[in-house]
Amino acid sequence: MSDVLAVVEHRRGSLRDVSFELVTAGADLVGDTGGDLHLAVIGGDVDAFAEELSLAGVDAIHTVAEGDEFNHDVSVQAVAALSEELDPTYVLMGNTVNGLDYAPAVAERLDLPLVTDAIGLQNDGGLVVTREMYASKVESTVEVDADRAAVTVRPGEWDAAEEPGEPAVEAFSFDLNESLVRSRVTGFEEVGSGDVDIADADVLVSVGRGIEEEENIELVRELADALGATLSSSRPIVDNGWLPKDRQVGQSGKVVTPKFYIAIGISGAVQHVAGMKGAENIVAINTDPDAPIFDIADYGIVGDLFEVVPELIEQFE
Amino acid sequence: MKVLVTVKEVAEVEEDFELDGLRVADQYLDYDLNEWDEYAVEEAVQIAEESDDDVEVVAVTIGPERSEETIRMALAKGVDRAVRVWDDALDGVDLLDVGAKTRLLSAVVEDEDPDLVLTGVQANDDSFGATGVSLASAIDFEWAAVVNALDLDADGGVANVRRELEGGVEELTEVDLPAVLTIQTGINEPRYASLRGIRQAQSKEIKPLALSDLGLDAAAVESDLVLTDVYEPETESAATYFEGDAGEQAAELATVLREKGVGAQ
Ligand SMILES: Cc1cc2nc3c(=O)[nH]c(=O)nc-3n(C[C@H](O)[C@H](O)[C@H](O)COP(=O)(O)OP(=O)(O)OC[C@H]3O[C@@H](n4cnc5c(N)ncnc54)[C@H](O)[C@@H]3O)c2cc1C
Ligand SMILES: Nc1ncnc2c1ncn2[C@@H]1O[C@H](COP(=O)(O)O)[C@@H](O)[C@H]1O
Repeated sequence: MSDVLAVVEHRRGSLRDVSFELVTAGADLVGDTGGDLHLAVIGGDVDAFAEELSLAGVDAIHTVAEGDEFNHDVSVQAVAALSEELDPTYVLMGNTVNGLDYAPAVAERLDLPLVTDAIGLQNDGGLVVTREMYASKVESTVEVDADRAAVTVRPGEWDAAEEPGEPAVEAFSFDLNESLVRSRVTGFEEVGSGDVDIADADVLVSVGRGIEEEENIELVRELADALGATLSSSRPIVDNGWLPKDRQVGQSGKVVTPKFYIAIGISGAVQHVAGMKGAENIVAINTDPDAPIFDIADYGIVGDLFEVVPELIEQFE
Repeated sequence: MKVLVTVKEVAEVEEDFELDGLRVADQYLDYDLNEWDEYAVEEAVQIAEESDDDVEVVAVTIGPERSEETIRMALAKGVDRAVRVWDDALDGVDLLDVGAKTRLLSAVVEDEDPDLVLTGVQANDDSFGATGVSLASAIDFEWAAVVNALDLDADGGVANVRRELEGGVEELTEVDLPAVLTIQTGINEPRYASLRGIRQAQSKEIKPLALSDLGLDAAAVESDLVLTDVYEPETESAATYFEGDAGEQAAELATVLREKGVGAQ
């Protein structure tokens, strides 16, 4: 029997998508072992969240009415207290930015082995986790050689649970140790948009680290101009200061859904793909035939951007 | 004040590679300092430069002797000295998990007694994205993950940070010191090592430490995680590929783009 405790996420009044994916992953993990799937809802409008999470496969929802927004110190204490009470086999969390901020502390505090960023989970007699290494060029399986474990799952890998159910909803209270709440969230800020909003563009020409040098950005800018497209980029281009922050596509940048997304010298890291996988047509130009970007591309050119892009510009002049 | 920066030499896999058991065959690996750690190093060095007080910046790595070359680059950029943890017991370990790294780094923290620890958000090879926060919990420091702006108020005992959340939203957080911060790329502009820095780095110390030097034994690196398989993922590509030389590829793509109304004047 494996009981699972999955910890959901919310921000500024809404449950995050990963919460519903955690329900699916958790239900899979409980499988036919006869165990229970418990959810922890910590902070915010916990009753409304619990109602939304009353889904098939969930056995119990534990609400912890503590604060409005995520605070890692509160989350760690709450999950630790719940784990002591429920003694779950697996604690399941999201590999989100907030997941990165509390899941490792939960594992350390509960003395659980931690496997992060799972893209596959198998539970037959022991837990086997599939995850990626070397910027997605290699996949690996990791066997957990312990009775219990903490696991974080990659957002977007499991389907969101939708089917309604009737789990028990219980308020859970514990003694929060205030002296261990040593960080305070004081606000949120939206990264502003400049003169263009890449989210509005029909066609995006997007440039990545394959461009090598700042001067070479001009080449893709020329292509964008020739196509009447807007220029966007992956993160390293913005980190280097070659394009402004509002041009960044991805998890921590903008989510875009243009008619055409032309990825030039972009490998297709999961955090990049999170921002553009909804594009209608994806074109990838990359020297590496195994670059993960080709997995989601509709059209591919395996080739050197410094040869292909000038030819492409010529086609449109 | 003392700032401890954790740094890892990571391997990048070349375009074409072969596997050798549970690892990528060595000739297809290129070693470099982890991208995220470069930003953490720069942040630490800037803290030292901008402070009126004496700030010592110490780098720590868990890595074999080969990694000294990479670690020396951090010394060339202004880190004062480095500590390198390695042991025979680590030699055959396929996967050094977060728990093991936490035990080793905790022992170093106990030795060094820093006021601030900076790590990268993730190591770009096995990408656990967990070592910094796990370490914080173990050494009872406060922490913040995915920090893309840092304003340190050492006298006030707090770090004001921005955490980069999803979708272009930043969280503003006050973190009590001592703390561990996991540093996100883009927080600063990592400098290039100057010739003078590279020369000076030759005489800076990289102190090797074995498990016994840290009061640990082989049990500290025993992991509950066992790497059982490593393989190249099946490509899921359903893309239409344009073949030929660059001119032909471009012409075919241009045809598709025009058909779909892109760039058609
Ligand atoms: C918390 C977090 C949030 C993140 N958020 C984002 C985000 O919002 N957006 C984002 O993009 N990333 C984000 N990242 C970073 C992400 O993990 C990758 O590091 C990044 O996307 C890599 O960018 P890239 O593809 O341009 O570079 P690389 O991965 O270095 O890829 C460069 C590509 O160019 C190809 N190439 C090289 N030379 C040529 C040539 N001459 N012609 C054609 N192709 C060539 C290479 O084969 C390679 O595939 C985030 C990471 C973390 C940890
Ligand atoms: N072997 C190591 N030696 C020193 N620091 C490490 C090591 N592995 C990870 N780290 C640090 O922890 C951060 C996150 O790594 P990880 O949790 O492995 O993704 C890295 O950016 C490093 O700063």
